[in-house]
Amino acid sequence: MKPLLEVRDLVTAIGAARVVDGVSFHVAAGETYALLGESGCGKSMTALSLMRLLPDGGRVASGAVELDGENVLALTERDMRQVRGGRMAMIFQEPMLALNPVIKVGGQIGEALALHQNLTGAAARDAARALLDAVGVPDAARRLDSYPFELSGGLRQRMMIAMALAGQPRLLIADEPTTALDVTIQAQVLDVLRRLRSERQMGMLLITHDLGVVAENADRVGVMYAGELLEEGTRAAFFAAPQHPYSRMLFEALPRAGDGGRLATIPGQVPRLDSPLAGCRFAPRCPYAIARCRSESPGWQTIDEQRVRCHLAGQLPALPPRADEAVDVVGGERRPLLRVDGLKVHFPVRRGLLQRTVGQVRAVDDVSLTIQAGRTLALVGESGCGKTTVGKAVLRLIEPTAGSIVLDGEAVTANGIDRLRRQAQMVFQDPFSSLNPRMRVADTLLEGMDALGVGAAADRRAAIVRLQQQVGLPDDAGGRYPHAFSGGQRQRIAIARALAVSPRLVICDEPTSALDVSVQAQILNLLKDLQNDLGLAYLFITHNLAVVDYLAHEVAVMYLGRIVEHGAAAEVLRAPRHPYTQALVSAIPRIEPQTGHEAIRLAGDQPSPLNPPAGCHFHPRCPHANEVCRKTYPERTDLGEGHWVRCHWVAAQR
Amino acid sequence: MSFMPVILWTDALILALLAGVLALVWFIRRHEHLRAPWRNVAQRPMAMGAALVLTAFVAIGLLDSLHYRERLPDSPPDAPQYSVEVLSVFDALVGELRTQQEKTYSAPLATRLYAKEFVERGGVTVRDYPRLQYGGAHLAHASEHLPDVVRRSLIGLAQGLAASLLLFGLLAAWQARRARLVFGAWLTAWWLGQLGWPGRTAAGMMALLLVLAGVIMQLAAGYHVLGTDKVGQDVLYISLKSIRTGLVIGTLTTLVTLPLAIGFGIAAGYFRGWVDDVIQYVYTVLNSIPGVLLIAAAVLIVQVYIESNPELFDTAAARADIRLLALCLIMGVTSWTGLARLLRGESLKLRTLDYVEAARAFGVSHARIISRHIFPNVFHLVLIAIVLDFSGLVLAEAVLSYVGVGVDPTMYSWGNMINGARLELAREPIVWWQLGAAFAFMFTLVLAANLFADGVRDAFDPRLGGRR
Repeated sequence: MKPLLEVRDLVTAIGAARVVDGVSFHVAAGETYALLGESGCGKSMTALSLMRLLPDGGRVASGAVELDGENVLALTERDMRQVRGGRMAMIFQEPMLALNPVIKVGGQIGEALALHQNLTGAAARDAARALLDAVGVPDAARRLDSYPFELSGGLRQRMMIAMALAGQPRLLIADEPTTALDVTIQAQVLDVLRRLRSERQMGMLLITHDLGVVAENADRVGVMYAGELLEEGTRAAFFAAPQHPYSRMLFEALPRAGDGGRLATIPGQVPRLDSPLAGCRFAPRCPYAIARCRSESPGWQTIDEQRVRCHLAGQLPALPPRADEAVDVVGGERRPLLRVDGLKVHFPVRRGLLQRTVGQVRAVDDVSLTIQAGRTLALVGESGCGKTTVGKAVLRLIEPTAGSIVLDGEAVTANGIDRLRRQAQMVFQDPFSSLNPRMRVADTLLEGMDALGVGAAADRRAAIVRLQQQVGLPDDAGGRYPHAFSGGQRQRIAIARALAVSPRLVICDEPTSALDVSVQAQILNLLKDLQNDLGLAYLFITHNLAVVDYLAHEVAVMYLGRIVEHGAAAEVLRAPRHPYTQALVSAIPRIEPQTGHEAIRLAGDQPSPLNPPAGCHFHPRCPHANEVCRKTYPERTDLGEGHWVRCHWVAAQR
Repeated sequence: MSFMPVILWTDALILALLAGVLALVWFIRRHEHLRAPWRNVAQRPMAMGAALVLTAFVAIGLLDSLHYRERLPDSPPDAPQYSVEVLSVFDALVGELRTQQEKTYSAPLATRLYAKEFVERGGVTVRDYPRLQYGGAHLAHASEHLPDVVRRSLIGLAQGLAASLLLFGLLAAWQARRARLVFGAWLTAWWLGQLGWPGRTAAGMMALLLVLAGVIMQLAAGYHVLGTDKVGQDVLYISLKSIRTGLVIGTLTTLVTLPLAIGFGIAAGYFRGWVDDVIQYVYTVLNSIPGVLLIAAAVLIVQVYIESNPELFDTAAARADIRLLALCLIMGVTSWTGLARLLRGESLKLRTLDYVEAARAFGVSHARIISRHIFPNVFHLVLIAIVLDFSGLVLAEAVLSYVGVGVDPTMYSWGNMINGARLELAREPIVWWQLGAAFAFMFTLVLAANLFADGVRDAFDPRLGGRR
């Protein structure tokens, strides 16, 4: 049978750079083919080449793209417009940017329907409603009259999918469809995509960097690196035994449950594509590379159900099973370094001419935490649950509405803020916005020492050189500007900046979420080393439970401004008790085949903190909710060894 | 000493500005991230050509800003007395252009006056166009006029070409030495446009300017190149003198604008709250008052002040100068709002960025955050605004002087030239050269400034990513 989509030797160039270089693959109807790779490897460019929507200066240099046996690259632009949306459709990463904010979603879906199915008026409206039902939007008829800003991220992405389906495409290209979404929402959206694919017998090209998403959704997998396809195979074969060193290292770089040791990292960076490349493109970063790799580009070799481009295919040692090391326990006394009691951050909502306060956004509502010296507390939750606000309020970057912060047994008052800032510092999420582009790295590092008067002025330069070595920056980094560094190096600079005042607590606000897997591994290793060497305590704010598992000693799960479950990391993640934590853990796409308990899927979205539901905040989404949950907020239920939850259902079970 | 240097208020400010610009250039040269966009500007042919024209204008303006008073020839040496007329180095350089005054209008390159007079010819008094006192006075007969003009133009052309060749040779030798190239190799690279900067455009523009200067100098020695005005003054001289006025208005006004716009704009965006409210109300109110009204009122106040305190101003030039300065001040005060609004928006965005948060986490003071984190990151906007505003201000001066609330009527300015020409536009045949000269000079300056501003904006605007 002829495949639905066949791509042969596709070469796409932007200027002098060959961003896609000789890529061949095929997608059958009803099949999901996943393109996997780190950022900058040419995955999205491959998709845009198929749609012929390349950015300025980009062109398909050679190759063939056949959709149902027709060469798409040979079509005129006029015919191509029928193909786009009609026979292949695309879903983009950022649903907010892909929807027009001033047109109702019904109108936007109607536009696609009018174009591809000649439906207008009532017929189009019915068709649109049917589409929304298909993608699982509750209350579809009403949602058609909403503007995009009235919808949550998950709903917006469903609207995007509905729009893409309006042309009844044969092939659906999903470019990182869930990267911008929370795990619970990601699980919902991926379920929708899976269901639609099998219902409509569509081919699906799934572009992602997330091995977990691939494992749960793809039938076949292609790994891209520096514009080339390196490896291809069925999902089962690929996950059982990845053949290419790059694929293997991607696996090893992934933080996984119960991993006590260091993560494997991939040294170096993706090569620049506008320079001539000889040999295997991965050779400079490959630990197995031999002389031949550097001179000769490897051809395809077939091993059972897999194809791989590597000179050493089949000869690499088998992947060692990952040892389940015991989590190392940092010695020393368990002294609470920081205690936060009853922290509240409310933002007033003002309306009207006189700016009267009409409501409060309860971003953080009565949060209490204890962080011990040299230990890591992870604060976990979906976006918008207030975890970043907690981090900033602890540092008093946001003035808390109520609550006390006790540092080292001494309460922090408004006058003692300098003391707090000597002891606690912050590492931010986005390494690109957290460094001033107009300041040299050395000046950035000096800033904190100067402001807080750390050490003698004369010693500070020497301290900076030490810091740079400590976080693994090159020696000449100080004289350069941030734009000269990659994302991972920038995050190292940000960590060095926080360490410059020798704090004892570092608040890490999603420090790895903007980074690729291999770079994330480097940063996580660094954080762990620093903790061992300097005895740092971390307040680690994240939504990535795999990272928590790797790094944290204790976990606090937040929902809508409150902590709902708290306990030792292994216990909370392995045996979650709160229904929300259970759903969160269950929603993470896993590489290992799912065994045991079935997947728990949360319905709906997190409500607004402006108007939280009465009783337990979680009850509208909770599968176990009953009358009590709707009325009263649950008290703490202690489960022993510092593990506690706030849940009527758990309390009733005891 | 045979002269006494005079430093007018605007002279002092121009010199201060020059020093400031030089200091800034020195600072930028030492900072790679500041230098890179300028290097990008230098690679744009259009911007470089425009920059050369601007340089020529600025050079004339600077020469015209070095003022002095000559000693009266019959004053005693122990108690020297100086002329009340304030001259500039530029006046000294152009020499007789200033003093060769006719009776009234004469057309460009004319040999006769524009109005008929009674002249004695062979003992008979007839009504005819009299010969000019200076323009074409060296000609024995009217038929020599055209050949003489052509001859002078050709000589000027040859001189200009010779000068540009000489200058080009010197520059090329210097550049070749700097690039460690053989002279011939450098020339080949120059011709093929492989220098990394637009060498051909620069050389061509330089040659064009020098040839133009050569021709004008040759012609001006014997004629009034752009004719004369109502009182018989050389229009070329007036136009050249007006350059300084235009530049002063364009630059000093910006100098007044900048501290207001930067200070208020960043303060409003960074501090938010009541500071933001107050500043916003101030500029909203200021924006809703018609600018011309404010300017007219302010100029009138200064005029009254000058007239009631004559002892403070010893020369007419000082009086005109203080009025020019007042005009710059008031125009600056009325025109800072646009830039301030822009900077407020940008600061609002910047203050939420993580690096500002990080600085706050260190307890860095507000002043330091603004000076190290906010200001450097809005500086490109300030620069773009300066070059874009410049041309607008030059044109505004012309309009204001035309309306009558601009610079002192005795001051040489393009606005005054247009105002003077306005009355003669209805004359038959038309007196067009005064208007034409003002138009041509202003057009050249503003076009050059705009082209240069375009290049600067393209290089600095991060949204364009420095693309060419």
